[in-house]
Amino acid sequence: MVDRLLGRAHPEPSQPASPTAAVWAHVQQARNLKRPHTLELLKFMAEEFVELHGDRVFGDDSAIVAGLAKISGRRIAVIGFQKGQDTEENIRRNFGLPHPEGYRKANRIMDLAERFGMPVLTFVDVQGAFPGAAAEERGIAEAIATSIGIMTRLRTPIVVVITGEGGSGGALGLAVGDCVLALENSIYAVISPEGCATILWRSAEQSQQAAVAMKVTAGEQHELGIVDEVIPEPGAGAHTDTAETARRIRDAVNARLDVLTKLSLDELVEARFNRYRAYGPYTVADRPAAPAERPGLGDKLRGLLPGRPSVPQMLGTRRNGQPGRGEE
Amino acid sequence: MPVRLPFRPRRDAYPPDLWTKCPGCSEMLFNKQLDKTMRVCPHCSHHFRISARTRIEQLIDAGTFVERDADLQPVDSLGFVDSKPYADRLVAAQLSTGLRDAAIWGIGQLDGRRVSICAMDFWFMGGSMGSVVGEKIARAGEAALAERIPLIIVSSSGGARMQEGTYSLMQLAKTMGVVERIKAARIPYISILTDPTTGGTFASFAVVGDVNIAEPNALIRFAGDRVSAGTIGEELPPGYARAEFWVSHGFVDRIVPRAKLRDEIATLLSFLVAPATALEPPPPTGFSPRSFLSALTGALTGEGSGSMGQTANGAPGASTNGNGSLNGNGTSNGTGESSGDGSGAANQGEASRG
Repeated sequence: MVDRLLGRAHPEPSQPASPTAAVWAHVQQARNLKRPHTLELLKFMAEEFVELHGDRVFGDDSAIVAGLAKISGRRIAVIGFQKGQDTEENIRRNFGLPHPEGYRKANRIMDLAERFGMPVLTFVDVQGAFPGAAAEERGIAEAIATSIGIMTRLRTPIVVVITGEGGSGGALGLAVGDCVLALENSIYAVISPEGCATILWRSAEQSQQAAVAMKVTAGEQHELGIVDEVIPEPGAGAHTDTAETARRIRDAVNARLDVLTKLSLDELVEARFNRYRAYGPYTVADRPAAPAERPGLGDKLRGLLPGRPSVPQMLGTRRNGQPGRGEE
Repeated sequence: MPVRLPFRPRRDAYPPDLWTKCPGCSEMLFNKQLDKTMRVCPHCSHHFRISARTRIEQLIDAGTFVERDADLQPVDSLGFVDSKPYADRLVAAQLSTGLRDAAIWGIGQLDGRRVSICAMDFWFMGGSMGSVVGEKIARAGEAALAERIPLIIVSSSGGARMQEGTYSLMQLAKTMGVVERIKAARIPYISILTDPTTGGTFASFAVVGDVNIAEPNALIRFAGDRVSAGTIGEELPPGYARAEFWVSHGFVDRIVPRAKLRDEIATLLSFLVAPATALEPPPPTGFSPRSFLSALTGALTGEGSGSMGQTANGAPGASTNGNGSLNGNGTSNGTGESSGDGSGAANQGEASRG
């Protein structure tokens, strides 16, 4: 487990042979242990950074860092996920898997940003929220939902940069913004490839296929319209040159903020709402919905008798579900 | 090939859908009986999962439900293939449920009160939330917002639909955006969490109701067992994260058995909707026969001469008139401060939106 969380299980790939291998190499790159995280990037991006701690309710989450920064002379509230770069730091940072306190701290900083007129910048690099009992019983779901809700209506510009893994609701909890940028080798998905494979294929072995099927790479997400801009990484990847990566992110963020800060807050919030309101393709069918599964002859005969329950109710006894657990 | 006899062995003589074995107490239950008890086991009160349609039949007054957007059709935007192509799964689910996607929404009356309701259907791909489900929830919310009627969402869902990738994830933000607007507009939102409510559904609209109600023993969780075990190797005891757990941890207000659910919602709404707002017409955007009729009904049933006056005053649409009617309401109703405050809040909300 430690190996996988550290991205160590798969060494640097040589030339990948198949498209699946290429995507998987991309996933491994996004998880590279040496990839710069929020604090490393801020060292190069910000002239000043003051970290703030604690959610004022329960504690301080070390997997999410937050604070106030000056970037190119602009006051910005910065919030980001923080994985460790070695085992010791990873244990301290809970392998970058946040608890509810992290999101509540983030919301506190967002509130500061809104009241004191600072834009918000978030760095997203998380496999997902901590899936254990401690997070669950303190309300990780409520913390994420609330954070998403606050970000959809926050009256200050929000720029999101996906720097590594954007995984599931845990990532989206800090990734609702006016624009979403992504580093070239980052990934963004509704669930980690391992999680997807365990649920749909019932085995983590199929993670690579799951990664391909979900179109996780930054480039594919850009084509889907989820990511606005892909920031190219220097050399063999962000981990080889943190300073240059930070400079590129800073320039992209500054360009976006220059535009966003010119909008009125009403326009800004309305546009952000509309952006997320519009996501998700669907069509409007012209034919009526397909009839429920056709009953057999016996059912038809019984149907002539009065008092027969309707077909959808009968279907209640049949299980055709997919993710859930077996019951009934 | 085995010889097929023209009769069935006695063991199989009954069609399989005549009886259901209760997973709670292993009792064999006659389906007709089970339907009469709202699909709750009469012996151990195990709550069986029910379809979205059955749910709406149970909650909404007979004959008042009008389904909206039944024609929304999901799209396989990623060309997703796991063990089966997503397109095939969709068709199979559509055939077996008669639905186009895992949610139904519409407008109906709950104990005589007009509400916007959306129910999810677990039998359609585990009730998972893809673009269509998210869209329907958003539209249910927007209808509640436009008409200023309460919103009720009944969740029964495994979470975001993986087959639609990040589009499914974005439905969390889509639905939360609408919920935030509903809260800002002071419209009551009641979230009903039924078995199961997990993943992205729980981590978005389902957990943030003004009142969260759960059905007994419903599984409510953010991270599923398999994901949890796979990521951090943590095994959780059986019975973990059931409805009762969430009441004791402070995230669910009440556990209500199915038979009492409708009455409980009606009671809650009678508190959350101020008397005047309940019968108040939508913002004055022109003549609307429905609101006129509901105002008329209110006047005839004598539920408030104030509300009729409000309609008359509200028609010109000027904010000063609105305030005037508020004062008139407070005094003529004489039902105490709370009703006056409530209608004031509603009027303010309307004025600021207008």
